[in-house]
Amino acid sequence: MALFKLTLQELQDKFTSGEITAGEIARAYLLRISQVEPKIKAYISLTPREELLAHAQEIDDGLKAWRKTEPLMAMPLGIKDNICTKGMRTTCGSRMLEHFVPPYDATVMTKFNAQKPLILGKTNLDEFAMGSSTEHSAFGPSRNPWNQQHIPGGSSGGSAAAVAADQCVAALGSDTGGSIRQPAACCGVVGFKPTYGRVSRYGLVAFASSLDQIGPITKTVTDAAIMFNALVGYDPLDSTSAKRDFPDYTKSAKKKDIKKLVVGVPQEYFTEGLDPEVAEKIQDAIQVLEGMGGKIQEVTLPSTERAIATYYLIATAEASSNLARYDGVKYGFRAKESKELAEMYHSSRSQGFGPEVKRRIMLGTYALSAGYYDAYYAKAQAVRTMIQRDFDAVFQEVDLLVSPVMPSPAFRLGERLEDPLQMYLSDIYTIPASLAGLPAISLPCGLSAKGLPIGLQLMGRPFEENIVLRAAYAYEQATNWRSKRPTIRS
Amino acid sequence: MASISNNEVEHVAQLARLDLTEPEKTLFGEQLNQILTFVEQLQEVSTEGIPLTASVAEQKSVLREDLPHDGLSQEQALRNAPEANEGFFVVPKIIGK
Repeated sequence: MALFKLTLQELQDKFTSGEITAGEIARAYLLRISQVEPKIKAYISLTPREELLAHAQEIDDGLKAWRKTEPLMAMPLGIKDNICTKGMRTTCGSRMLEHFVPPYDATVMTKFNAQKPLILGKTNLDEFAMGSSTEHSAFGPSRNPWNQQHIPGGSSGGSAAAVAADQCVAALGSDTGGSIRQPAACCGVVGFKPTYGRVSRYGLVAFASSLDQIGPITKTVTDAAIMFNALVGYDPLDSTSAKRDFPDYTKSAKKKDIKKLVVGVPQEYFTEGLDPEVAEKIQDAIQVLEGMGGKIQEVTLPSTERAIATYYLIATAEASSNLARYDGVKYGFRAKESKELAEMYHSSRSQGFGPEVKRRIMLGTYALSAGYYDAYYAKAQAVRTMIQRDFDAVFQEVDLLVSPVMPSPAFRLGERLEDPLQMYLSDIYTIPASLAGLPAISLPCGLSAKGLPIGLQLMGRPFEENIVLRAAYAYEQATNWRSKRPTIRS
Repeated sequence: MASISNNEVEHVAQLARLDLTEPEKTLFGEQLNQILTFVEQLQEVSTEGIPLTASVAEQKSVLREDLPHDGLSQEQALRNAPEANEGFFVVPKIIGK
């Protein structure tokens, strides 16, 4: 079997046993990327060939001496391009940061680099992670490997497409309202958003600080656990980072049953607007969960219908504040020929930001402005509390919640670009877990009649990633969806 | 139906330090109206006595020891600057005529 088809766990086994070298892995992926990337456009920047091969050589040379490997050593990874990589440009999919080369690494990169992976490149995203399709990237959209006329999802669409198209073995994404889970569902791979605070946000370019969280996009649940092990932990550089112990998450992905777990089915997630084909696949999945010993219980989360409105006020308010830093002074784009400072601010921001970012800055600025603050922003914060309380209440009774990831399979490129509200409405199932800071995973649970992947979401209690991963692994093993791979047509 | 006037669009753009073209003003005005109409549903929710959630983080206030440590060098800090000179960020003049 071709190297690029292996999972992270399989590739790791072959590397650790000495069956393959880092150099072979690097060359296999360079070849794969050269064949597939022109069609999928998953990456914004690629590590230069010579640099990657030199790095692989260094790993292979070192290995002879050390005979010791780390879980991610020589593993070929893609990194979402809103995560700062020292010395490697980090664009956020924006003209504003087109030439920005971070002088420091994000904490997740420091942790990764200590294990000597092969960083293949920086993956595409909607500008500043604002979007559900990658169509808002200043560098053009990525394509869904299952059907290139369709979106790969977003905002971590480049990462999901790269994993699905075997252009990296695993990738990092970031999730603010679904940006890991939704593209994973669109591309038929696993996407895992940890509890808010589990993974350091230091060096993740801020979009909405109370919601942003980094997590893995992988081919299997076990691979997600391996990646998560490398990411998790308290970081003094992130004041919202959680000071908590954590287990070895690969041990969560071992049991093939979910006996004694109570799985809640929130009725508000199965109402009109849910594509019947998706509904059917989720119902099938619920039966599988029941067959593995899970106790299925219908539950209610009454504030769900308010989640989108709440999210789009809070996220845009935070974004308008976070993105105020792009003023053309210390880094980023500066408009030419400005005669005075205020004009320079205005011109740089107007030319540097794309339409979706401007729209969200406008909405957030409006929601925070004098006279509207209480009606919009404060109101949304109160409803956020209600959404959180809904979850607290049901998690007294159930261990997990099961739902769709998005209301339909991946839509066509261009289909919702002119209608921002329609685009926002597709985030209904992923937003609530973001607002409540819960861990949630998206994993494949079938294909539509047109051959597009459908995703299953499992949500858990805060800091109980182990339970989420356990159930996801058991489901994955009981089904065979992960063996379905896209054929990339030329 | 929420209604954000042209003047308000211009005012918000000014607050956000954005210059909008005429077509952008029209388009954003329409789209913001549409989105604001949608989010107005929150007014139907009774939130009396419900505390506000700004963050779900467990730790509320984090202080660290105030100890000196190395930061970026001047050269590193200036490397991404659109314009720099002799260790300074250069900007257009601040005070108008």
